[in-house]
Amino acid sequence: MDDLGDRDAPRGRFAANVMQFARALRAAGLPIGPGHVLEALRAIETVGIDSRTDLYWTLHAVFVTRRDQRDLFNQCFHVFWRDPKILDRLMSMMMPEMEGSEQDRENQESVNRRVAEAFAHERQPGKGEGDSEEDIPEPEYELDAVMTYSAKEILQEKDFEQMSGEELRLARNQIKRLRLPIMEVTTRRFAPHPHGQRIDMRATLRRSLRGGGGAIDLVRKRQRRRHPPLVILSDISGSMSRYSRMLLLFMHAITSDRDRVHSFLFGTHLTNVTRYLRYRDIDLAMEKIGQLVTDWSGGTRIGHCLETFNRDWSRRVLGQGAMVLLITDGLDRDGAEGLEAEMERLHKSCRRLIWLNPLLRYDGYEPISTGAKAMVRHVDDFRTIHNLASLEDLTDVLSHQGRRTVDGMSAWIESSTMGAAA
Amino acid sequence: MTQPIPSSTPSSIPSSIEGTRELLSSGDYVADRPLCTSLYLALSLGRPLFLEGEAGVGKTEIAKVLAETLGRRLVRLQCYEGLDIASAVYEWNYQRQMMEIRLAEATGEANRDSLAADIFSRQFLISRPLLQAIELQDGGAPVLLIDELDRTDEPFEAYLLEVLSDFQITIPELGTIKAAEAPIVIITSNRTREIHDALKRRCFYHWVDYPAAARELEIIRLKVPGVEDRLSNQIVAFVQRLRNEDLFKLPGVAETLDWARALNTLDCLELTPEVINDTLGTLLKYQDDIARIQGSEAAKILAGINEKIRMEALAS
Repeated sequence: MDDLGDRDAPRGRFAANVMQFARALRAAGLPIGPGHVLEALRAIETVGIDSRTDLYWTLHAVFVTRRDQRDLFNQCFHVFWRDPKILDRLMSMMMPEMEGSEQDRENQESVNRRVAEAFAHERQPGKGEGDSEEDIPEPEYELDAVMTYSAKEILQEKDFEQMSGEELRLARNQIKRLRLPIMEVTTRRFAPHPHGQRIDMRATLRRSLRGGGGAIDLVRKRQRRRHPPLVILSDISGSMSRYSRMLLLFMHAITSDRDRVHSFLFGTHLTNVTRYLRYRDIDLAMEKIGQLVTDWSGGTRIGHCLETFNRDWSRRVLGQGAMVLLITDGLDRDGAEGLEAEMERLHKSCRRLIWLNPLLRYDGYEPISTGAKAMVRHVDDFRTIHNLASLEDLTDVLSHQGRRTVDGMSAWIESSTMGAAA
Repeated sequence: MTQPIPSSTPSSIPSSIEGTRELLSSGDYVADRPLCTSLYLALSLGRPLFLEGEAGVGKTEIAKVLAETLGRRLVRLQCYEGLDIASAVYEWNYQRQMMEIRLAEATGEANRDSLAADIFSRQFLISRPLLQAIELQDGGAPVLLIDELDRTDEPFEAYLLEVLSDFQITIPELGTIKAAEAPIVIITSNRTREIHDALKRRCFYHWVDYPAAARELEIIRLKVPGVEDRLSNQIVAFVQRLRNEDLFKLPGVAETLDWARALNTLDCLELTPEVINDTLGTLLKYQDDIARIQGSEAAKILAGINEKIRMEALAS
C-alpha cells in the first residue's frame, strides 16, 4: 500500500481507466474505496495485462468480496473495458436512482412532505392527510387497536411515503420502547465475574505479582452469556396487511436494538429485508423496503416461501442456534402444499420456532385450515400478535428457554378442541 | 494442529499464473485459471486468500497442496463457535509460572519487578496456531489455514484483523510479536454467515465454484486412478446433471470422488439404475434429496446422459 510512484506501476491512461472502472463499480453498488484502486494497480502490475481473462480475474480478486457481486462485476467489466462511455449511458438508463438530480428530487419530495406536516401539526387525526387523498378518510387512531386502522392498505402497491407522521409517531413511540429480552445462552467464552465457577489464571497471576508474588488472590470468571440469533419471517399478504406495517416497525425497533437479527418478508415470494431495517431512520428503511418488496397484500404461498428460506437462507442465518419467529395467519393460497415438510425442516434447523398468529386473539379461533393444521404440529409455541400489548407479551415467550417438543403444539389443539366441546 | 515438514523437494513461490497452475497440479490439484490468478496474486503480494464456496469443492485442499508442494509447514486453525485467544493464539503456562513464583519465594529473591518480567516472558508462553504461524521457523514461513471461518463468531473475526493485515500479534504482558516472514494465509468459509467486509478487504477473494465437466473428469482420473474411462464419464455427467436439479444439498467434488471410489470398490464397470440406487447415499446427504432422485428419476437422468455420451462419441 506504500508509495505507488516509486514503483514501475502501470501509469497514465491505464491507471486512470482502472480508477474510472472502480468508480463505475462503486456507482453500481459495490463497496469500493480508494485503497482498492491502489491494490488493483499493484495486482495488475504483478500479473501483467497480456490477457483479458487474466485482467478480469485479477480485478475480480481485488474488487469482489461477495458471491452476489459477481454478476454486477461481470456486467461492469464487459461493458467498461469495451467502451467506457457505454457505461455512462447504461448507468443513466438502468439506474436512475444513482443520478444526483433524481435523488435530490426524491429527497425534496420527502422533505417537503415532512416540512408540510411540521407546519400542519394542528391537523386532527381522522382528517385527510394530503390533497390527493382527501376522499379517503383516515380512520380513528386508537392505541388499543393500533393494528386495525388503515383502510389504505388494500392498495396493491404500498406507498410508505403516504404514511402520516402522526400515525407513525404515536405507534413508533410505543414500539421504540419495546426491548426484546431474548433468553441468553451460555457461550464458550469467559468473562470476569466475582463469583464465577472457574479461576481466571491469567488475571490471578498478574494480580498476585502486584503484591510481589507473596499471596495469591484468586480471580474468578464464568461463561459469558449471549442471546442467540433471531430470525423473523413475516407474512405481508392481503389477509395480514392490517398488521404488517406495525410488524415492520417492530422488526425495525429490534433490528436496531440487537445484532444478529435477520428479517424476511413473504407473500408470494420471500424477500430478505435485514439490510434495509438497519437504517436508523425508519422512514428511509420503510421507503427502501417499499421499493424492494413487490408482493404486498397479495396471496400467500407459505409452503413455497418456506422452501425458499430453507434452501437459500437457512444455512446462512440459522447457524449458532437461532430462534425463529414466524408471523402469519396460516391462510395459504396454495392449499398448504408442501407446507408440512418445510415446517418440519425449519423446526428441526432452529433452536426454537415460535408462531405468532394475529387470528389467535379471537376466542373461538382454532387452527383448522389445512395450512394452520400443518404448521401447528411443528412449532414450539403459538402466540397472538395483534396489538402493542401482545408485542410486549412476546417478552414472556422469548425470555425463557422454553421446552422444545417434537410434536409441536399438537397438544394445544387437543386441549382447545376439548375445551370447546365442553 | 501442525504437521511435520514434508520430505519432498520444496519448490519456490511461482512467478506467473501458469507457474501457479503447474505448482498445484504437481500436488494433484486441478485448478482453473481464475483460481490460479487469485492464488498467484495472494502469493506474490503476500496477502491472505479468502476462499468461499459450497462444502466439498476443495477449498481446504488448496492449503494442504500448497504446503506440500512448497515444502512449508501447514498450520491449521479449525474455527468453531467460541474460539478464544487461549486456544487460537497463545496461552500462558500457568503451572510453570506458579512454580517460578514459589521458587523465587523459596530462594528469597522475590524482587517484584524482575519477577514480573521473568514470569511473563517468552519461555512461559505456549504458542497456539496463529502465533506458531508468525514465529520464525525452518523451511520458510508456514502455510496458515484458517478453516471455516464462518463457524466462529464476530469477536474472533475482529481479532484476526491485526494478524492478517500486519502479521503481528500483540500480547499485553509481552509486547508485539511481528512475523519475520509473512505466512501464506488461506481462509475458507462455507458462507453459513457473511464475513465482515473489513476482513474481506484485507484478502483476495475467490468464490470456488463446482468444477466444469472436463475439470471434474481430470480430478477423478488423478485422484481415483483405477476407474474406467467409460464409468468416469458417466459419473461426471451424472453429477453435473444432478447439480442442475433443485436439491437441498448439491453434491460437491468430494462427493463425486467418494462415489467414484465406492463404485470402484464395488468393481462396477458401468452405471446402472440399480447401482445408482444402492450407492446414492455417498452422493446425496439428505434423505429428501435421495428420495427424490432414487428410482425413476435416477433412471431418467442415466438414460439422458447415456444418450448424450453416445452422441458425443458419434460426433467425434
